[in-house]
Amino acid sequence: MKRIVLAALAAVAAMSGSAFTAAADPVDDKLVIDDKEMIIRAPAPEGHPFEEVMSGWLFREAETRATEADSFANPGMLAVEQGEEIWNTVEGSAGKSCASCHNDAAESMKSAGASFPKWDPDSKKPINVELQIDKCRVKNMGAEPYKFDAPEQVALTTYIKHQSLGQPVKLDLASGEMQSWFDKGKDNYYNRTGQLNFSCSSCHEASMGKYIRADHLSQGQANGFPTYRFNTGGMVSLHNRFRGCIRDTRAEMPKAFSDELMALEVYVTWRGTGLSVETPAVRQ
Amino acid sequence: MRLTGVATLVTAVCFGWAAEAAEVAPDQVKFEDNMVAASLTDAPGNPEEGVKVFVNRGLGNCLACHVVKSLSKEQFHGNVAPALDGAASRWKMEELRAIVADSKKVFGEQTVMPGFYSLEIGDNVRKDLVGKPILTAQQVEDVVAYLATLKE
Ligand code: HEC
Ligand code: HEC
Ligand code: HEC
Repeated sequence: MKRIVLAALAAVAAMSGSAFTAAADPVDDKLVIDDKEMIIRAPAPEGHPFEEVMSGWLFREAETRATEADSFANPGMLAVEQGEEIWNTVEGSAGKSCASCHNDAAESMKSAGASFPKWDPDSKKPINVELQIDKCRVKNMGAEPYKFDAPEQVALTTYIKHQSLGQPVKLDLASGEMQSWFDKGKDNYYNRTGQLNFSCSSCHEASMGKYIRADHLSQGQANGFPTYRFNTGGMVSLHNRFRGCIRDTRAEMPKAFSDELMALEVYVTWRGTGLSVETPAVRQ
Repeated sequence: MRLTGVATLVTAVCFGWAAEAAEVAPDQVKFEDNMVAASLTDAPGNPEEGVKVFVNRGLGNCLACHVVKSLSKEQFHGNVAPALDGAASRWKMEELRAIVADSKKVFGEQTVMPGFYSLEIGDNVRKDLVGKPILTAQQVEDVVAYLATLKE
């Protein structure tokens, strides 16, 4: 009953939206994937500019939301399947696959996706899932690191993060020098770039919930990455998204996995603390 | 024949130089009491050109953030900022010029609106855009002339 009322409300809201802009508020709905209820609203951690952190899912159109809620319809699940294949494929001079050491990803990777970026004592930097994969390929398999956004890198990252579906994002900022990277990332977040002179906060904080042209601005959360995008008909990695948002300020784009973007990933991921991992989320 | 060619060239160069000299450079624009009193160019603003700059996504892209009812044939008006219907009833021409040239001088540093004729902009500007404002002086005058038509 409640769901029907909600659906009716949503329909009315959609119809009453003017020709210029549709209703500007995030929807009031639940997201259940594979019988698991996702945490799509969570109380913000201390020091956060918002009271509540919200999943980007809440800001998308009904059709896009429905596609993410249905694993059979979600085209991102194809990347999960490809990732599983790679997980089990032997590569490199050591004659090993990921599974040789990590066995069943459903067990060994159950919470990894919710806790990256992590401090890496070897490189003395934070690493994300993509860089951890490269580290294992080089150090443990005798294989080459992937090129940024190689389809294998995106698929394997999607597969690993998907193992944490539903788990709340939580970073360990006390480990190593994570805190100083967090601070750097925060500076980057509020720093204005480009000829258009925007910071991340211009759009995802000051204008959150509003429309910029046809785009309903969300909080710019990282919990659904890599995401499937209808626009491009493919998967989008987090650093690809960061670079796209920076390009749109008419600035030079920093390199993927550069110190600048790794610091940003630490900070942006923290801004989604408590939200479920939704990989692969669906966006338009 | 040759001589005429050279003469034309010289004339063209002179006029080109003269036209530039008549423009106020982005870092020379004088803001006073939220106003830019003087036109940025010699030529008066043309509202028909202005509306083109206003809607063009690569130029003003003003509809990204503002609704304008009379432009409802254009798709996708954003609502990051107030609707501009009646803007000319709320603001004087000189204030509108200041808002378009560098909104931060009028609304403060925190505003989301870009400065369209300013070089006080963000870090790491794309290399081919360094030293260039978003709009030319004439485009600013044209947009201001268009805004002046938005009366309540
Ligand atoms: C020879 C054994 C071995 C192989 C093969 C291997 N790894 Fe690892 N992996 C490790 C070890 C040891 C660690 C923990 C220490 C470290 O960071 O190196 C680890 C850590 C990880 C982590 C971090 C887990 C966490 O909870 O923090 C991920 C993710 C990971 N590996 C993914 C992969 C992937 C993907 C592959 C295949 C491309 C792979 N590994 C291949 C040994 C291996
Ligand atoms: C000019 C406005 C603008 C700026 C500035 C901007 N973004 Fe975005 N961003 C968007 C739009 C539009 C989208 C797609 C709709 C949405 O989710 O908000 C988006 C999406 C995102 C997403 C994906 C959210 C999701 O749930 O799929 C992330 C993450 C993100 N942005 C991060 C950033 C970061 C980090 C910065 C600063 C480096 C930034 N953005 C700057 C406009 C902007
Ligand atoms: C990225 C968003 C954005 C874009 C693009 C933008 N503006 Fe604005 N504009 C704003 C905001 C936000 C305000 C409200 C001032 C404030 O409080 O910061 C504003 C205010 C104004 C005002 C005063 C509104 C009133 O009537 O009170 C005018 C006039 C204006 N803008 C004109 C323009 C023109 C012309 C363009 C295109 C050349 C433009 N804007 C592009 C964000 C934008």
